[in-house]
Amino acid sequence: MDIAFVIEKFVLVAIIFGISLLIAMYSTYAERKVAAFLQDRLGPDRAGPFGILQPLADGVKMFMKEEIVPSNSNKWLFMVGPGLAMLTACIGTAVIPWGPDMTIGDRVIPLQVTDINVGVLYIFGVVSLGVYGVMIGGWASNNKYSLLSAIRAASQNISYEIAMGLSIIALLLVTNTMSIGEIVANQHGWHWNVLYQPVGFILFMICSFAETNRAPFDLPECETELIGGYHTEYSSMKLGFYLFAEYINMFVSSAVMASLYFGGYNYPGMDWVLVQAGPVIAPLIGTAVFFAKIFAFIFFFMWVRWTIPRFRYDQLMHLGWKGLIPLAIANVVITSIVIAIIEKF
Amino acid sequence: MGTSVFYFVATLTVIFSLMVVFAKNPVHSVLYLIVTFFTLTVHYILLNAQFLAVVNFIVYMGAIMVLFLFVLMLLNLNKDNEPLKSTLVKVVGVVAGCCLVVTIVGSLKATAISDPVVLRNPNLGLVKNLGKELFGPYMLPFELSSILLLTAMVGAVLLTKKEKV
Repeated sequence: MDIAFVIEKFVLVAIIFGISLLIAMYSTYAERKVAAFLQDRLGPDRAGPFGILQPLADGVKMFMKEEIVPSNSNKWLFMVGPGLAMLTACIGTAVIPWGPDMTIGDRVIPLQVTDINVGVLYIFGVVSLGVYGVMIGGWASNNKYSLLSAIRAASQNISYEIAMGLSIIALLLVTNTMSIGEIVANQHGWHWNVLYQPVGFILFMICSFAETNRAPFDLPECETELIGGYHTEYSSMKLGFYLFAEYINMFVSSAVMASLYFGGYNYPGMDWVLVQAGPVIAPLIGTAVFFAKIFAFIFFFMWVRWTIPRFRYDQLMHLGWKGLIPLAIANVVITSIVIAIIEKF
Repeated sequence: MGTSVFYFVATLTVIFSLMVVFAKNPVHSVLYLIVTFFTLTVHYILLNAQFLAVVNFIVYMGAIMVLFLFVLMLLNLNKDNEPLKSTLVKVVGVVAGCCLVVTIVGSLKATAISDPVVLRNPNLGLVKNLGKELFGPYMLPFELSSILLLTAMVGAVLLTKKEKV
């Protein structure tokens, strides 16, 4: 293993980690600005020009607050909970291709940390681990509301993981590969998977909303029924970690949706741009396009939050088990029949 | 390098498996079991069985253990409401445990150390090769085991509906 390879990957990991944190930080600001825009208000505008320093002010506030650990709680697990939530939120970015290969001199640098050939399943595994942060935190708090909320969160995530997995199966039938790098590379130009799998995309998106605990699926922190949800007993930066993990999850699932269904860094006319701009600048334009898609999805997440009211718990379960799962199975069956017919003729 | 990684991970596996047994709190036991499954996932990766590793990760760590945790948290078992076992049960347990140790030691003494298994195809664990094996030569057992799982699922649903039928 040569040293340049290690340095290259290390720099890439550091950049991606920094960007995830930065975007999560400014998502909190964007969320309040978008909410204000949708409700015809101004939103935060005191800290810095247009309130641009608001996330910093919030961060300082979180750090300065008193750290309270409930007396009968499980101290160690109480600390592990938010840490796990952050960890599982961050490791999903490892298999996402952030841009096409960059060529500097005679060295080809892939803008993806690792392209394992089970990349889609890796993402799925990380998503399924995400529930532990919530469950452990909720249980360790030794509070009935936290426990109820943690159990709600777990059952919601398990239910929607099934439909999510089935929608991924239909996608894999179309792409013929599980490596996210190859899936994105196959969507060259405008051949985006959403054109071949529109139903699968809608299913996947609904499930992403449920997995990230975003409205209208934000039952785990449903204030009117559960005080504050699984993080009722948390304060200071531990609470900050939970809230932050939600925004990182939103960023990662936007990136996953953009790369699986909306072509990742591909855009119509990219070959022409490659000829015009050269092999260093063109990949950066691809990355910019990818991030534009991610931001569009993040905006969509926020837009939905202020448009659709929260589900009731039984409605949530009905939608998951009686709506999405049969639809996803039908999608898999129809997709495979169509592919079989196409291959026959 | 590969061997030392294996021994490191194997030691961790044994330590965490022992912690599962020795932890006083059932929820802690389950958490240690999750870590044990994680070390098993690392073993699969060391054997170049990527698909099996990631499926072990999703199914055992991500799904089954969540359900375990779920049930234990709902029951909220702790020392106060744990039923006390009588002395007779404890004695029986000790005797049974000793018998098991004698059996295991006896059978270990009788067996010779096996030669390490050499894989005919080291890339068998990759998704494409595994799929070809499962849906080619092993089609029938694979489908039969899926029917077995379906039977278990139908049975479980039927058990919950016993009163209404």
